[in-house]
Amino acid sequence: MMDGEENVRLAVFADIHANRQAFSACLDVARARGAERIVCLGDIVGYGADPEWAVDTVMALVEDGAIAVIGNHDNAINTPSETMNAAAQAAIEWTRGRLGAPQRRFLAELPLTRQEDDRLYVHSEASHPARWHYVSGTSDAARSIEATAAHITFCGHIHRPALYSMSSAAKMTSFVPTSDLPVQLLGGRRWLAVLGSVGQPRDGNPAAAFAMFDTTSREITYCRVPYDVEVAADRIRANGLPHWLADRLLVGK
Amino acid sequence: MAKPVIEPGAELDGFTIGERVHQGGMATLWTVTHPGITVPLLMKVPRISEGEDPAAIVSFEMEQMILPRLAGPHVPGCFGTGTFDRQAYVVMERIPDKTLLSRLGELPIPYEEARVIAGKIATALADLHRQNVIHHDIKPSSIMFRPSGECVLIDFGLSHHTQLPDLLQEEFRLPYGTAPYMAPERLLGVRDDPRSDLFSLGVLLYFFTTGERPFGESETLRGMRRRLWRDPYPPRKLKADYPPWLQEIVLRCLEIEPVWRHPTASQLAFDLAYPDQVKLTARSERLQRDPLSTVWRRRFNRSDTLPKPKSDVAAQLASGPIVVVALDIEEGSGTLNEYLRRAAAQLLTTLPSARLACLHVLKLGLITIDRTLDEQGNNKHINRLVALRHWASPLELDEGRLTVHVLEAVDPAAAILEFTRVNQVDHIVIGARQNSMLRTLLGSVSSKVAAEAACTVTVVRPPRSLQAEASG
Repeated sequence: MMDGEENVRLAVFADIHANRQAFSACLDVARARGAERIVCLGDIVGYGADPEWAVDTVMALVEDGAIAVIGNHDNAINTPSETMNAAAQAAIEWTRGRLGAPQRRFLAELPLTRQEDDRLYVHSEASHPARWHYVSGTSDAARSIEATAAHITFCGHIHRPALYSMSSAAKMTSFVPTSDLPVQLLGGRRWLAVLGSVGQPRDGNPAAAFAMFDTTSREITYCRVPYDVEVAADRIRANGLPHWLADRLLVGK
Repeated sequence: MAKPVIEPGAELDGFTIGERVHQGGMATLWTVTHPGITVPLLMKVPRISEGEDPAAIVSFEMEQMILPRLAGPHVPGCFGTGTFDRQAYVVMERIPDKTLLSRLGELPIPYEEARVIAGKIATALADLHRQNVIHHDIKPSSIMFRPSGECVLIDFGLSHHTQLPDLLQEEFRLPYGTAPYMAPERLLGVRDDPRSDLFSLGVLLYFFTTGERPFGESETLRGMRRRLWRDPYPPRKLKADYPPWLQEIVLRCLEIEPVWRHPTASQLAFDLAYPDQVKLTARSERLQRDPLSTVWRRRFNRSDTLPKPKSDVAAQLASGPIVVVALDIEEGSGTLNEYLRRAAAQLLTTLPSARLACLHVLKLGLITIDRTLDEQGNNKHINRLVALRHWASPLELDEGRLTVHVLEAVDPAAAILEFTRVNQVDHIVIGARQNSMLRTLLGSVSSKVAAEAACTVTVVRPPRSLQAEASG
């Protein structure tokens, strides 16, 4: 029925935030589940203690065909005027000192959005991607969906997974996805898949979050991956970053 | 891509269209065949094209999402779906029966027949709820029966799946469904309480046994809202011979507050299966509706009585399990039965909505002719029931939570397993004796039950030293 269209299993990651333990655990699970293409929705760095590794890893994935877009923390590395809260600012300044020129250039050159078939990849709400608005409810989601032509938009930024849809009559639905339960993104409506965070979940569940999407069955599966949170938190403390950034990983808040 | 034509002889995704068997307001049904599928098939095609009636589109989308995820005898099997971007359809198993709607001309039907029908529907609902789906449109035209007798629920266009996006959530300002059957909490926007289906089944049971719809046929929102404060006439007012147990069940289903209804569909099915054990409350005898003072209080202090939406449906179902304790109340089983009682007490104190069924299997000999009376001329069956109630009395359970059953069987394990299956029991508590003569001769009942039951089994075994004491 879908002859001629490509059949790809995507693994989509958002808000890695330099958390090596979380991102490697997610990559392992995604590969075990047959991921054929990687999509990275931005905020590769910031907060976490392994920014060099995180950027190098995404750079290598992009070499191999992965898609990546820029997040506000990535942008702040080369744009010191980007406004952030104090802990985030401290982490960005520390991160800036850790990254070499090729890594900084890689982040600077990431696009704000990428379109692939009928899918749009963007870090935050899509109507004004450079303003970094959160999608925190149906009205934000409606604004985002209406601003694009995509059937499915994938974004991150808020660190809490959600799935929104807009019917042909422009009515919205919102849904907090159940882990590991595939949901078919029906063709008759348009969808906004908000991903949870790989490296700093804030929905009360400390397990790392990502999603798989099958382009043929059009099923999205939100996944949660337990990882060694203690090590990630210890590395934040050991590198002199604000302790709060370590503590919040343990509770996923 | 051109939109495929649906007409006899046409082919769509490998399905060959046969004849049109039904033309409804929302959808058309066609028989279809497929070379790889032997069961009779129906293709349901929505009558609308994209962009027209949003209600029809959304409910078709819901059915497309939900039906392929359902399994078991109480739903039609799903064999394929197509989406609106090309041609929307669902291919499902064709059930060779009319819906219950075909019975409306015969109402009221006999109480016993209604009890059996309602029991089958409750069993089907329990299975559906366990699969995380609330039907939300239980009415005669959504109910069919297989030739083997099981109830099949159809039409999932208004259903809610607790693990999938609810597309109906914000689609309509007014609750969408069939007015006479709609639970009051639905009028307040609650879509995640499985007890809404029990209310609709109560309406159906009331209608089928009295010939009257408890809340009339009003389709206006104003008319429907009355059920938020106004209770229906008790069936006994309409029919003097209405059995009290049946009125108890029906009025409990029709409680305005979901929390006053049966905690789960399984528990409702259980009551319908054992009408002589239904705990009769004041409901069962009522001849009048609630006094106006009560109605006014409900109507004007609604903030007190608003149903609390239950978000965790699975947890709610799990909090109201049916627990069976299989007991041997004959031979000297005192120590073991004491341990069984402790195990039951621990379960029941943590699960206030659980109900307990105490089971004794009266073992029949293979060769000897069994008599109902023992040597002293006492009725064995009655004696066992009395003994079971005596065993349970220290648990101090509300009578509505306790039933006792004596089964007669050659194979006790098989009898316990059959009872468990038929009544959708969630948990069996059974004792194991290590040095019983019976066990040596016949093999262990508890190990067979533990190995073959389709639910959780707790095997209770007193310490060996105590067992020796008891049997020595």
